[in-house]
Amino acid sequence: MSQPESAFADAQAGGRSGESLAKLAQRYGLRRAIARPRFHVYLRQLWERRHFITTYATSRNVSKYSNSALGQLWQVLTPLLNAGIYFVMFGVILQGGKGIPNYPVFLLVGMFVFTYTQRSVTAGAKSINGNLSMIRALHFPRAALPLAYTIQELQQLVISMGVLLAIIVWFEPPTLLWLLIPVVLFMQTMFNIGASLVMARVGASMRDMNQLLPFIMRTWLYASGVFFSIQDKVAGVLPQWVANVMYANPAASYMEAMREILMADYRVQRHSGPDWIWYSCAAWAVFALIFGFWYFWRAEERYGRG
Amino acid sequence: MTEELPEVTTTPKTPLDAPTGTPTVIVDDLHIVYRVYAKATDHEKGNAVNALMRLLRRQGRPQMTEVHAVKGVSFVAYHGDAIGIVGRNGSGKSTLMRAIAGLLPPHQGAVYTDGQPSLLGVNAALMRDLTGERNIILGCLAMGMSPAEVRKKYDEIVDFSGIDEFVKLPMSTYSSGMGARLRFAISSAKTHDVLLIDEALATGDREFRKKSQERIKQIRESAGTVFLVSHDHKVIEETCNRVIWLHKGKIKMDGDPAEVMAAYHKG
Repeated sequence: MSQPESAFADAQAGGRSGESLAKLAQRYGLRRAIARPRFHVYLRQLWERRHFITTYATSRNVSKYSNSALGQLWQVLTPLLNAGIYFVMFGVILQGGKGIPNYPVFLLVGMFVFTYTQRSVTAGAKSINGNLSMIRALHFPRAALPLAYTIQELQQLVISMGVLLAIIVWFEPPTLLWLLIPVVLFMQTMFNIGASLVMARVGASMRDMNQLLPFIMRTWLYASGVFFSIQDKVAGVLPQWVANVMYANPAASYMEAMREILMADYRVQRHSGPDWIWYSCAAWAVFALIFGFWYFWRAEERYGRG
Repeated sequence: MTEELPEVTTTPKTPLDAPTGTPTVIVDDLHIVYRVYAKATDHEKGNAVNALMRLLRRQGRPQMTEVHAVKGVSFVAYHGDAIGIVGRNGSGKSTLMRAIAGLLPPHQGAVYTDGQPSLLGVNAALMRDLTGERNIILGCLAMGMSPAEVRKKYDEIVDFSGIDEFVKLPMSTYSSGMGARLRFAISSAKTHDVLLIDEALATGDREFRKKSQERIKQIRESAGTVFLVSHDHKVIEETCNRVIWLHKGKIKMDGDPAEVMAAYHKG
């Protein structure tokens, strides 16, 4: 019966001998409030929060354009305007499209696919620091935030893809290969989730990342062949391995896979380039997803501290 | 159970309504340190080269300062306890609460808990531009409810908040009282093992304040242990059986509400 009182004494003595309190906690089976769960437990907790993740993503999408007059239409207009600018710049003025059949389709596919990865990564980098008040008030596996941000981008992409296909039909007749579009998007989404998880942890500890990210993204954009054919422009001037390295970068791989599906002539023409694009797509997807979750989970208990 | 325990010299009073005497929360020499960033100057913000150099050297901003908010706090809370936390602004009350909830990692020491303590507060997950309807769903999911639970609680939340047809309008159109009522209604819809209630809950008009105090009492009865931060000493004395007085991140006094509150008001 003296146990409570003794326990209380332990509490009083805690300042001097911390060990007794830890022992007391152990005796009553109390756990550390902030212990990081094991990896598989963490993934299960995340799965239990799936409804929150999707609802949060949808809510962010709805509230994003709720103050503009054109509203949700901006989800379509933004990528279209971007594609238009790049088309005038690189297709008309700089003649970058020489030798590429159906250059507008080439460019549009590149823009839409690249934008998806770019936005996921950028959003992921802000997902922890932009939600510190939520992290400091509520319990949930923190990976829910970068995940929700990526799903938000996926929801936007599905809308953009619909518009894109509606445009492409004017240039390229649909084929059975179009059924592979979701496969590429699925792999790209796996990669994007992984990449945004990695960037979420990096962005949480290095606040300067947000300042630096636009430069990294622009370099990536130019290195991925969004508005030129890597095989034509690079392999003609530099050794083939340089072109291969560029093709092996995830953004270029997903773009090329999507172009192969959507553009019949490009499929034929690209035969001079590497034939392992699809392996690259799959490898990046699996690697990024597994590494991303693991890397993010390793710092789970530290988010919200800074 | 039979192991030798240190001799008790100054036996503190066992919490009155703690029949089981089982500890639910143990705070062991807890230290919390915040890192605070001063606002970046325009010059700094735009300079990518500076940013790059700092990244490479793995340095933070030069103006980064550390705030030692909680400095070595230790206590044990028991099943059935209702513990009031008092102290001046900046004494570390809210920080301590967040640490107990497991939301802030300790710099040193540890917090041990039975079950998952939760902070009564859902504000951070809500979005001003969305309707009350969407916010109720979002808030409940954010607290960890399942969609089925949300559907079950939905009407109750709308009724309790008393916002009626405004539930179809964006929260940005609400008066501050209505917003506070909805937030309280959402955050109190869940049952908790260990509940942490921060001040600023008693908002809204008089009628709603009465309603919300009743709700807190209910929650307290169903929860194992309640922590309550408040400046209102009447609320503390009415609801708590123990009071901890925090001063500059340390416990200045811990014990019977009447005694501690008397001392608190004196000094």
